[in-house]
Amino acid sequence: MSADLRGYEAVIGLEVHVQLMTASKLFSGAATAYGAAPNAQACPIDLALPGTLPVLNLEAVRMAIRFGLAINAQLNQHSTFERKNYFYPDLPKGYQISQFERPVVGAGVLTFTGANGQPLSIRITRAHLEEDAGKSVHELLPGQSGIDLNRAGTPLLEVVSEPDLRTAADAAAYFKALWLLVRSIGICDGQLQEGSMRCDANVSVRRVGQTELGVRTEIKNINSFRFVEKAIDYEIERQIDVLESSGTIIRETRLYDAERNETRTMRVKESSEDYRYFPDPDLLPLVLDENLIKAVRSSMPELPAARAVRYQSSFGLAGVVAAALADDPDLSIYFEAVLTTGADPRLAANWLINDVSARLNESGLMIDGCPVPALCLGQLICRLSDGTLSSKTAKIVFDTLWDSGGEVDAIIDAAGLRQMDDRDALRSLIGELIAANPDQVQQFRTGKTKVLGFFVGQVMQKTKGTANPKSVNELLAELLKP
Amino acid sequence: MNEYAELLNHELSRADVRTLAAALRAGDLSSFELTQHFLKRIEQQQSRLNTFITIDVEGALAAAKSADIKIRNGEAQPLTGIPWVCKDVFCTSGLRTTCGSRMLSGFVAPYESTATSRIRASGAVMLGKTNMDEFAMGSSNENSFFGPVANPWDLSRVPGGSSGGSAAAVAAGQAPLATGTDTGGSIRQPASFCGVVGLKPTYGRVSRYGMIAFASSLDQGGVFARSVEDCSTLFATMAGFDPLDSTSAAREDDWLDALRNGVPPSSPSPLRLGMPRQYFNGLRGDAEECLEAARKTLESLGHTVTEVDLPHSRPAIPAYYVISGAEASANLSRFDGVRYGRRAEDAVDLRTLYVQSRTDGFGTEVKRRILTGTYALSVGYYEAYYQKAQRIRRLIQQDFLTAFADVDVLLAPTTPGPAFRREELTHDPVAMYQQDIYTTPVSLAGLPAMTLPCGFIEGLPYGMQLIAPHFREDLLLSLGVHFQQSTDWHRQTADAAVLS
Repeated sequence: MSADLRGYEAVIGLEVHVQLMTASKLFSGAATAYGAAPNAQACPIDLALPGTLPVLNLEAVRMAIRFGLAINAQLNQHSTFERKNYFYPDLPKGYQISQFERPVVGAGVLTFTGANGQPLSIRITRAHLEEDAGKSVHELLPGQSGIDLNRAGTPLLEVVSEPDLRTAADAAAYFKALWLLVRSIGICDGQLQEGSMRCDANVSVRRVGQTELGVRTEIKNINSFRFVEKAIDYEIERQIDVLESSGTIIRETRLYDAERNETRTMRVKESSEDYRYFPDPDLLPLVLDENLIKAVRSSMPELPAARAVRYQSSFGLAGVVAAALADDPDLSIYFEAVLTTGADPRLAANWLINDVSARLNESGLMIDGCPVPALCLGQLICRLSDGTLSSKTAKIVFDTLWDSGGEVDAIIDAAGLRQMDDRDALRSLIGELIAANPDQVQQFRTGKTKVLGFFVGQVMQKTKGTANPKSVNELLAELLKP
Repeated sequence: MNEYAELLNHELSRADVRTLAAALRAGDLSSFELTQHFLKRIEQQQSRLNTFITIDVEGALAAAKSADIKIRNGEAQPLTGIPWVCKDVFCTSGLRTTCGSRMLSGFVAPYESTATSRIRASGAVMLGKTNMDEFAMGSSNENSFFGPVANPWDLSRVPGGSSGGSAAAVAAGQAPLATGTDTGGSIRQPASFCGVVGLKPTYGRVSRYGMIAFASSLDQGGVFARSVEDCSTLFATMAGFDPLDSTSAAREDDWLDALRNGVPPSSPSPLRLGMPRQYFNGLRGDAEECLEAARKTLESLGHTVTEVDLPHSRPAIPAYYVISGAEASANLSRFDGVRYGRRAEDAVDLRTLYVQSRTDGFGTEVKRRILTGTYALSVGYYEAYYQKAQRIRRLIQQDFLTAFADVDVLLAPTTPGPAFRREELTHDPVAMYQQDIYTTPVSLAGLPAMTLPCGFIEGLPYGMQLIAPHFREDLLLSLGVHFQQSTDWHRQTADAAVLS
């Protein structure tokens, strides 16, 4: 349900923290793997022991460059790392190393399909490298709080958009497009439930036609496409309610409570917090030399847009279908694996978009969790093309593959689903049916052609659905003729 | 102690590294005996000088034993078996590192600093960790949680700071070699006050990994010894690129390798020396006389001396205190009582834990600098203080680069005068900061500089400062050796009444 706008429009900008999938942390050699025992992946640098120093992980820089190239951004040849100072137990140094004055990635654009199918281009202000904090653990020690620093120092790329979005649904579409992109270029694993991508939404409303912006609130730490949309919609509605009842919006940070579907005040920003940013003297300015950028450019994987164009020109897919397959890196990998069996690309695309997607949705699975291997689906489609299966029996085989696995030809044989196209046998079967059902024959011949369906059904019943429907129709037309 | 033993004690305590190494190799002396000798001397003097925070008897004797085995097996390097002492700012694995602070009075690092691990790998024997101003903030060593250090030349006077323990230990013959760190003068000023040689290398020459940070863009590890030649071996051993420190210089000079192998610095071809005019305006007469004598000696050795200008020297001290304070305010945020270090007991909430741990853990001067630095970085003051200080820093750097277009090395005072009395300046922080007037510009420019004894004022040693272009420590060492070949200021000893 979208917000009741009552003559207002919303202005939305997103800040998305993308966790980069480097093997080690941004400034230390400790591992970044998810799910280790508390503090098992915290080295002296992550613990901020005195005397330790940060050393920049170049792999994270390469990933940032890859992102910059993917959104056609300006890459800053010189960028700097600053210290953002504040005290919190999960921040061991008492400051976070981030990029403030000059981010590694400058202005760029993300182009994607909006919620209503319209093409959207959202400007990205900047993307900068920074280290993640650790986390407080409250459930392990009764009456005490623990600190787990495994996540401390994990590299993040913070992607900041311009306030170009106008609806919650488009904001969710933007978040999803970003999710697809960072996975396509191999810089983030996209595991939202593990916090690999977290979104802060800046939301304000204003009267339609008004040019100045309203007071904005920031909703922190939203980590699913659905919640992005629901949280922003709630917030838009709330702000309009406040304004309509002659209240004022307070500049504040709010938290989204998914269980109650509402946002709540987290802290009020009375004045902007003073983080006392200054250049980190432990790190030299980051210099991107041409060779590094060239090397990253030459190792860039195919981007979704280019892939969609290729699907249209090489396989003759329709634009929407090509985009749907190309946008999702896992789906496109699956699709191309299906094609290695020689399966017809258009048929394969249709199966993926329709049958396979429907089953995945029902089961709450993503394509990488599909129980039917791509090569099996390819085999199935080949059997459909060569006439062994009808579209109906193909679905039976697909269901069997989904539920219990197996090999396509073996399933066809075991269930006796091989399509029957023996015209002599069909002719004699139809002859028998005509002889046994004189009334229906009479009806047909007096013009009640609807009764044809009765005969088709009878043939399918006798052949357990394996009769080639095209042959059955042709033979019935021929034999029922007066 | 009989006369012979006393003589032996004196000679061993004052012998240079080359002599000691030769005795070790010849088998006239074992490292074990040498180590025992210095440990005994340290223990005898500790109550009067307070040069040490931690004396590592067990570790030193064990290191001496393995050095003796190396020497016997013919695997000795130039420093194998030679005792040295370490400023307590370098983290030493398994041995506590306090940085002179109550905050870290029980801190034992699980890792070793790059500089000390290189020295240890050379086979040198570390005797203990020397006293220092808390977090290296101070010019008198009166800011240590472990009490003040006395100047071996006059126990009522300060040894200088912050590396006061190291400078006093070398001056008192407690070890031939010591490490120190210099942020705004913390090696050079105590070297001048204690009558020893102190070398602050180029910023980036010695790795800062494992050196507890005061001001990251200024901190630099360095060395103390009684002679320039002794300095050179220890310096070369700890210097060199370290991938663990992003600001360490990725360069290797051939002459460094030669020094590491025990080759003494060569005598220089005639050099052009410059005396910065601004450093001598208002310098007290007796200090000027010392430097004038040094100038004459250097000229007699074939070097030429001219006057040069460093026009932006005046704002160096305020710029230095703004920048170093700003960096320190962030560097010291990690001492929050959460993971290690002093932790307030019975804190009822997080805020109390922070406030109480830091209130109890830090001394007055450290708090003053954290507050100054925090202020300088705050919204509304950042441009007026921090950014302005950075602009001054660039002007000062430019001054030096301009001067070095005409001269090879600069000759300057290190301090306004000789060692002052304990508590003479403690009531007046700004007067204390003025001690750093000749040392901070060099730090802001990241240049190498060396202080070496060049005379006495009122019976107290006084040192001159030689300053070279970036990464030209070789010029300082060569010139210093040349100077010491024809002078004996560095052979004067503090002993007599004070130390026996």
